[in-house]
Amino acid sequence: MASALINVPAHAKRGDIIEIKTLMSHIMETGYRHTAAGEVVPRNIITSLTCRYNGAEIFRADLFPAIAANPFITFFTVATESGKFDFEWIGDRGFTETASASITVE
Amino acid sequence: MRSARTIAVAVLLLAADIATSLLSANEIPQGERRSGYSFMSPDTQAMQNDDTANPGMLWVLDGEALWKSKAGATDKACVDCHQDARASMKGVAARYPAFDETLGRPVDLEQRINLCRARHQEATPLRYESRDLLALTAFVAQQSRGMAIEAGTDPRLEPFVARGHELFMQRQGQLNLGCTNCHDDNWDKHLAGSAITQAQPTGYPLYRLEWQSLGSLQRRLRACIGGIRAQTYDYGAPELVELELYLMSRARGMSIETPAVRP
Repeated sequence: MASALINVPAHAKRGDIIEIKTLMSHIMETGYRHTAAGEVVPRNIITSLTCRYNGAEIFRADLFPAIAANPFITFFTVATESGKFDFEWIGDRGFTETASASITVE
Repeated sequence: MRSARTIAVAVLLLAADIATSLLSANEIPQGERRSGYSFMSPDTQAMQNDDTANPGMLWVLDGEALWKSKAGATDKACVDCHQDARASMKGVAARYPAFDETLGRPVDLEQRINLCRARHQEATPLRYESRDLLALTAFVAQQSRGMAIEAGTDPRLEPFVARGHELFMQRQGQLNLGCTNCHDDNWDKHLAGSAITQAQPTGYPLYRLEWQSLGSLQRRLRACIGGIRAQTYDYGAPELVELELYLMSRARGMSIETPAVRP
């Protein structure tokens, strides 16, 4: 199932500051809620998002239970060279998702 | 004594004022109809405008995958009969709820998908508010984005639209309110800090930030009915479909926004 939406500009001038937007499908269950029967609903969250630009890590975020479902995370970087952004989300219960996007820098 | 009488008169006047304002159930003039979108903050509007920021698009993408996945005893996918949804499903959501010949009553888009599953795929129905049903509904409805709503024009639907209208006007629950008391009479006001809105069903299924999920119009109606402390109808109940049908015909001519974002 498709689970991530990535928005990276397809083209940029060298030195441009570009915005990168990521949206990941996830329930972000806090671990603080209980069922009607009183049992704890186990925590199930994304714990980290990393972004690599041509292999080099340029952004990392740690996520916590207070973050809403389907986390939308945006950040800025400088377009230095053409290539690929690789995104990786890691979470509880062995959750891993990856996505990538290409950029042409002139 | 005199002041007590003044207060009593004032209370009476106030009660009369409230009674008349609640009784004057005026329909919203065509030119003053507004989507829930126009009541939202610029931030929430921006979220809906950008398909890579709109969480509803996650369901639309899932729906696109489901459209092509085979299901049921006949091992058919939606795409095997309907081909490309971009062409075949364009404008469909704008016409729903629509009359079903076999059942002799209107069905909403979710019910149509489940009828299609039962009749043509021989598959089990998808549960209301399940991720799969919301995803398929959102994917189908998104194909009508920007198109004008035209539901309820079929003459066979007339008695059902009328019943939906009746239900919309009818006071019920411990708070003794009808839908109309808020959504026709007081839509320009606030309730506990939130805009009341006109109850125009232009963006369903839609992503509510409060739900942290996509949800159907029936979920919204059930939440509202619970809010006035009335007995809620079960998912799929004819009353809910009639209400959906009335709301859609009331919004005729307004644009579909699916998947919308709402606070």
